Amino acid sequence: MTITIQPGLSADQLDKVNGSATTTMVKRTLLVIAVAALYGLHQDFWFWRTAHPLVFGFIPIGLFYHACFSVAASLLMWLLVKFAWPSHLEEEIEGHSSQEDAAH
Amino acid sequence: MIPAIVVFIYLASVLYIGIFAFRRSKGSEKAEDYFLASRSLGPFVFLFSLFGTNMTAFAILGSSGHAFTNGIVTFGLMASSSGLVIPLTILLIGTRVWALGKKHGFMTPVQMFRDRWECSHIGTLIFVVQAVLLVPYIIIGIMGGGTTLNTISGGLVPYWFGGAIVALVVMGYVFFGGMRGTAWVNTFQTVLFLLFGTVAVIVIGTGMGGFRNAAQSMLASPALAPLLTRERISPLYFFSYTFIPLSAIAFPHILIFCLTARKMAQFKKTVIFYPLCILAIWLPCVFLGVMANRVTDVPQIKARQEARRVLATQGKAMAPEARDELREQATGDDVILRLLERYAPLWLAGLLGAGIMAAVMASDSQILALSTMFTEDVFAFYGGKARFGEAVQVHTGRLFIVLITVFAYAVALRAPETIFELAIQYAFSGFAALSPLLIAALFWKGSTKWGALASTVWVAVAVVAVALFQHAVPAPAPGPATVVWSIAGTEALSRTPGGTAVFGFMPVVPMVLISGLLMMVVSLITTKPKQSTLAKYFRG
Repeated sequence: MTITIQPGLSADQLDKVNGSATTTMVKRTLLVIAVAALYGLHQDFWFWRTAHPLVFGFIPIGLFYHACFSVAASLLMWLLVKFAWPSHLEEEIEGHSSQEDAAH
Repeated sequence: MIPAIVVFIYLASVLYIGIFAFRRSKGSEKAEDYFLASRSLGPFVFLFSLFGTNMTAFAILGSSGHAFTNGIVTFGLMASSSGLVIPLTILLIGTRVWALGKKHGFMTPVQMFRDRWECSHIGTLIFVVQAVLLVPYIIIGIMGGGTTLNTISGGLVPYWFGGAIVALVVMGYVFFGGMRGTAWVNTFQTVLFLLFGTVAVIVIGTGMGGFRNAAQSMLASPALAPLLTRERISPLYFFSYTFIPLSAIAFPHILIFCLTARKMAQFKKTVIFYPLCILAIWLPCVFLGVMANRVTDVPQIKARQEARRVLATQGKAMAPEARDELREQATGDDVILRLLERYAPLWLAGLLGAGIMAAVMASDSQILALSTMFTEDVFAFYGGKARFGEAVQVHTGRLFIVLITVFAYAVALRAPETIFELAIQYAFSGFAALSPLLIAALFWKGSTKWGALASTVWVAVAVVAVALFQHAVPAPAPGPATVVWSIAGTEALSRTPGGTAVFGFMPVVPMVLISGLLMMVVSLITTKPKQSTLAKYFRG
């Protein structure tokens, strides 16, 4: 990520801009790691050859694990939407739409 | 016959929804209105119809049939991996395509590729490959419809007639309602299936005397216990399957559907709830498919188990044709319907049958997408729209819908493959291998039309090669694969009972990797698009 130095900013403001960019970068890195980790957890070789324990007395553990994996995927998607939403695209389109409206 | 009547009422309802959508459009002859519902879908319809579009005969009948034969592994193979990969691609790719469509007016992926890479005929080639790969998906919808109506009516509605009815109903509401009608029907169908899926599990579970007993007796049986684990599937094969969901975003009907959202914020709910919707539909289907093995008083299920047993014990000594026939008899695409027939009261079996029918009929979006692609990427691109006007373009789209449905129906009557195999082997792997095109177009400035051409040609060649290979080398009996080519003692190419293995992986893995590699290498050595073009797609 490139951090551009903006003219006219005080040292404090510059620190805030750089700090916010660093936080964003850390968040994104953590999210990438989370996605990679969940992808890795899909390959659950540890439950490969066993049906035990039967969860609730009838769901084999391998099936229950993957049901939980689906819930974890949903939680991860919530995190991605919250912290990695491509809001710049939304802003671009809103700007584009208002320009079109003004032209009409 | 009561269940069949309930299903017919359901079919009439969805047809009416299509006609209602037609009235709602007030006879608009605008292509954007017919093919994209004027990019105006709200969050609820967007979530449920996008999800419903992916829930096809393959998901419902194919998954329970696959689970009947292979056990609980089916959920991990197809559902949980999709729950991670599909929403991720919708978030990363779907939102970007939506924004570009809104900004530049694209209605199909090929329109975007043509603009992004400054190409024309290469775009046409991509259209042809996409169209050829999409047709099997439409065929499985019709096959699933025929199977469902035949089973629900207790054989009174023959397979060919059931398929014809489903084809006509789908064609009817797509023809009249366009994208708006299709999205509304998909929403209705998804809600119906989500509601009745849970009821089906409870009713069948009670009928079987409780799942605890069924699970315990399966564990006690040496032949059935492995179905509650994944020991019959290799980890490499399991890993390979995580590449298959890449196909979802590359399917033109999904990508075109991404263009219909009114606002980008509507993707948020879809991305978050997609894994949960998959869980809600696939878990009951897979679980019931596995538990069907414990059923002892349904002759059709017993016959399938007997065919499986004979295949396992005597398959090696049989001729390939006899083995294929037995394999066909052993597949359980209808097990979930047989369970309903046996355990649900008649009226409920009808409602549940309608729920299954809802999922089976998801081929509507593919038919509409093909029509959109044909009218935009061929008819309009080669001057038809400019010459004859937008109204004729919409009429052409409707005519195309009729022709493609008739064609798919004719093939469905003759196709010998099971629903599952047909879908996986051709359409899914092919579209997964086309996903590098999208990634390169949206995220890599350096990608070129020649890279896109190389990837597309590779995908076409690879799909044909896999089909020819599987035709030439008969599938072995359950057990070790037939090794066709090995390098230094490593199995490089094998024919497995279920398909093909390349170094132990499913063909989709090398297909995707080589497609991506070709895109990269060829793009690096060829001329890039103009800066003005790149500026439309990339900031800075």
